[in-house]
Amino acid sequence: MISALATQLGQMLLVLALAPALTGVTRKMKARLQRRIGPPILQPYRDLRRLFGKDVVLADNSSWLFRVAPYLIFAATWVAAALVPTFQTGLLFSWAGDLIAIVALLGAARFLQAVAALDTGTSFGGIGASREIMIASLAEPAMIMVVFTVALVAGSTQLSTIAAFMADMGGLRVSLAMALVALIIVALAENARIPVDNPSTHLEVTMVHEAMVLEYSGRHLAMIELASSLKLLLYISIIACIFFPFGLITDGAGLSAHAISLAAYLLKVIVASLLLATLETVIAKMRVFRVPNLLGIALMLGLLGTLLLFVSGGM
Amino acid sequence: MPIVLACIIGLLVVSALSLILVRHRAATPVVYGACLTISLALCVASLLSIGQASSEAVLPLGLPWLGAHFRLDPLASAFLAIINFGAASASLYALGYGRHEAEPARVLPFYPAFLAAMNLVVVADDAYSFLFTWELMSLASWALVMVRHRAAKTAYAGFVYLIMASFGTFALLFAFGLLAGAHGDYAFDAIRAHHLSPGLAGLALVLAIIGAGSKAGLVPLHVWLPLAHPAAPSHVSALMSGVMTKVAIYAFIRIAFDLMGDPSWWWSLPALLLGGVTAAIGVLYALMETDLKRVLAYSTIENVGIIFIAIGLALAFKANGLAGAAALALTAALFHALNHMLFKSALFFGAGTVIVATGEQDMKRLGGLIHRMPVSSAAFLAASMAISALPPFNGFASEWMIFQSILVSPQLPQMGLKLLVPAVGVLLALAAAFAAACFVRAFGITYLGRARTAAAAQAVEADRWSRAAILVCPALCLLAGLFPGIVIDWLQPAVTALVAGHMPPQASIPWLSIVPVSASRSSYNGLLLFGFVVAAACLAAVVIHRFASRTVRKAPFWDCGYPGLGILAQYSATSLAQPIRRVFATVAFAAHEQVEMPAPGDPRPASLRRFLRDPVWDFMYAPLASAVGASATLLNHIQFFTIRRYLSFVFIALVALLVVLALWG
Repeated sequence: MISALATQLGQMLLVLALAPALTGVTRKMKARLQRRIGPPILQPYRDLRRLFGKDVVLADNSSWLFRVAPYLIFAATWVAAALVPTFQTGLLFSWAGDLIAIVALLGAARFLQAVAALDTGTSFGGIGASREIMIASLAEPAMIMVVFTVALVAGSTQLSTIAAFMADMGGLRVSLAMALVALIIVALAENARIPVDNPSTHLEVTMVHEAMVLEYSGRHLAMIELASSLKLLLYISIIACIFFPFGLITDGAGLSAHAISLAAYLLKVIVASLLLATLETVIAKMRVFRVPNLLGIALMLGLLGTLLLFVSGGM
Repeated sequence: MPIVLACIIGLLVVSALSLILVRHRAATPVVYGACLTISLALCVASLLSIGQASSEAVLPLGLPWLGAHFRLDPLASAFLAIINFGAASASLYALGYGRHEAEPARVLPFYPAFLAAMNLVVVADDAYSFLFTWELMSLASWALVMVRHRAAKTAYAGFVYLIMASFGTFALLFAFGLLAGAHGDYAFDAIRAHHLSPGLAGLALVLAIIGAGSKAGLVPLHVWLPLAHPAAPSHVSALMSGVMTKVAIYAFIRIAFDLMGDPSWWWSLPALLLGGVTAAIGVLYALMETDLKRVLAYSTIENVGIIFIAIGLALAFKANGLAGAAALALTAALFHALNHMLFKSALFFGAGTVIVATGEQDMKRLGGLIHRMPVSSAAFLAASMAISALPPFNGFASEWMIFQSILVSPQLPQMGLKLLVPAVGVLLALAAAFAAACFVRAFGITYLGRARTAAAAQAVEADRWSRAAILVCPALCLLAGLFPGIVIDWLQPAVTALVAGHMPPQASIPWLSIVPVSASRSSYNGLLLFGFVVAAACLAAVVIHRFASRTVRKAPFWDCGYPGLGILAQYSATSLAQPIRRVFATVAFAAHEQVEMPAPGDPRPASLRRFLRDPVWDFMYAPLASAVGASATLLNHIQFFTIRRYLSFVFIALVALLVVLALWG
């Protein structure tokens, strides 16, 4: 019980501590791929510290909602991230929320983000919110279909159970391959990465996420940035634990097993970050109204995977 | 049972008394106060009676040789609780809101009668009483829709509602006729004992889905709903959307699960298909709408679709003997019915306070109300999150259960269902995502940003009765989301009576989690997640305020260096939905935009017009209406014949009848 609690807490702190580094590593690799030197890997931590220390500048007619939202967005994302197994399955509180609940927690964070963007009554907030709800209205159903596919294979929606099942399962499945492609597309869209959105843009016509948070400053902005990093780490962890579950340990393993599994997790994250940086370097951002086509592909792949499993009787 | 009947008679007495009282100044508080008390009593009675054996009563009313049969069984108790909680909160709200009514005499007599009729439908135990009280409910609600009868829109809404309500009752009449069989005994006990051939059963089911579905708002029978629900005063809108649609769902559950006996698997097809389409299209309609109350009415259509999906799944499971899965799906349906009553009431109350405060119900003319109406805006936000199926609220708990029942449906053997259920799953997921978009828009445009009109800038918070009602519903949404196990256990007697199975008892599960099938498969604990999120948010806020900075400066928002941007430069209800309109509605509603750009040098402003068509209205109702009109014009000629020709018509008809008789014999 105590060790399980310690692991759960350790996992919460691990994702929190690791999230900005992931952003830093991705930025660094992207810069190197583009033949730039790039900011140091620890730059996101410095940015956070700088933002925490600054005053908050509130727009004149912002309401209480604008000030409360960053904390709730951060908290919902953090709790969702803490429910995803990173290096160990069978987390103490994994039964409290399954994969559907994780998707819904992220949905709640997005709802608050979009509502907060409308609070100041500026065009930037509006343009971000309107694009975000359009993207979400396809990305979320696609994610649900991915969850269906994975849950039908593993016979459970609990991530820990799914990860344990996948680690034991040999062989490949067409439905899971479809789910993986769909999940990667959804992850790119949800994390505002190229080709759906550009995390480093400040040009109105291309912004989605950055437009929504334009009015935020100081500690509020720091919370939102941290939540974004956490969300990226969360999606990488989900993909890793469902599709690449090697190295995962269960509760009660020894110290050396812990070290190996932690190293394996870090390796997975770094590889994912390298792949993301490569992808962002070699492809261009899509026009906003091309994005639904991409997400539609994800939705259809998820549906096909689910249909395949229904017709074949859950095999 | 006697208590329930006494309370319902009490409501009818209040209705009669209000006719006498109506000119008096105290009429409004007296009538709504009495309704509140009686509804609360009924609510408590039904909460307690669900676990008990069913009790019956026969009153010497109705058809002389039949009497009126009434019966209180667990299903009726579950719906009585939904009805009367909705009625109680609406009456509480109306204690304050009703004072703004211009013509109380048009509301007060019908309101208690409407409540009584809805209660009577649920406890009716023979087809005659059922149809009579069903029609009473329709007419009473029609009278309440017609309160603002001078507005042209209201008259039109009332006309469409009357036609569709009569049509629905007509279909139900035939359904009961088929169910009762050739020697028609109309008591429900006799109908249960009577077994139909598969063909007739299918016909009866289709008639039932038309009759109940037209009242509930299933697409394509929904056309009256977004007209009629918003036309009524807001507390009546809340009742019609939150409660009367549930009575229609009760009618379908009663017929399909109870009266018709053992289902065949294909009975689930129309419910699943119509439910899925209704859920997705209903909320897409809502996203195109700018009138706040019409948005809410369309969202009711969506939720009815979600409930019908769960009912369809339960029918499919029951037909294949999967009692546990059927119990899960039916519990989810009943739970969602309860949830929808709670959050839809809160949302309509919110819309009502906005109308009282500003005189506007078009989102294009609102905005910035969060500063002037803090309490009701917080309640509206909570209810919006609940209806968008976001944790920790109740909407998520019930939709989560529906997703779980979809995940056990690969066990269904029929290929038709294997192909349909995943497609319905996509429609349900789309509906949930659209609902979130719809309520970001409804809340964000109405309550946030800067006020778009002077009326919105001058708004004042609602009175204390309305505030109480508008806070109670979201609070219960939160409680039902944190402790869903209690609601699930409470619903089990009703579910067990219908599908002969039950969900695992939730009270025995540690830490107040809910488990739909088995703990290894899936579980959810709203309380724990909520606790974690609140703790994490508080921790972050405390740590940052203590160790980092806590200062706040006010400044104008970033205007891109163009000072003096007008209020109308904000995003509006239509522009916020523009991406969704362009992606989804170009197919569904043939949406397109037309830009008129004046020639260079021409000082006229440019204009943008958007066009939408309602496919259901244009391809189904408009041709039907014109066909009725054309045939009426044709038949009109008969009116202008001479008496000789009429006499010859009579003669020809007589001869023709005699010939037919002669050939027949």
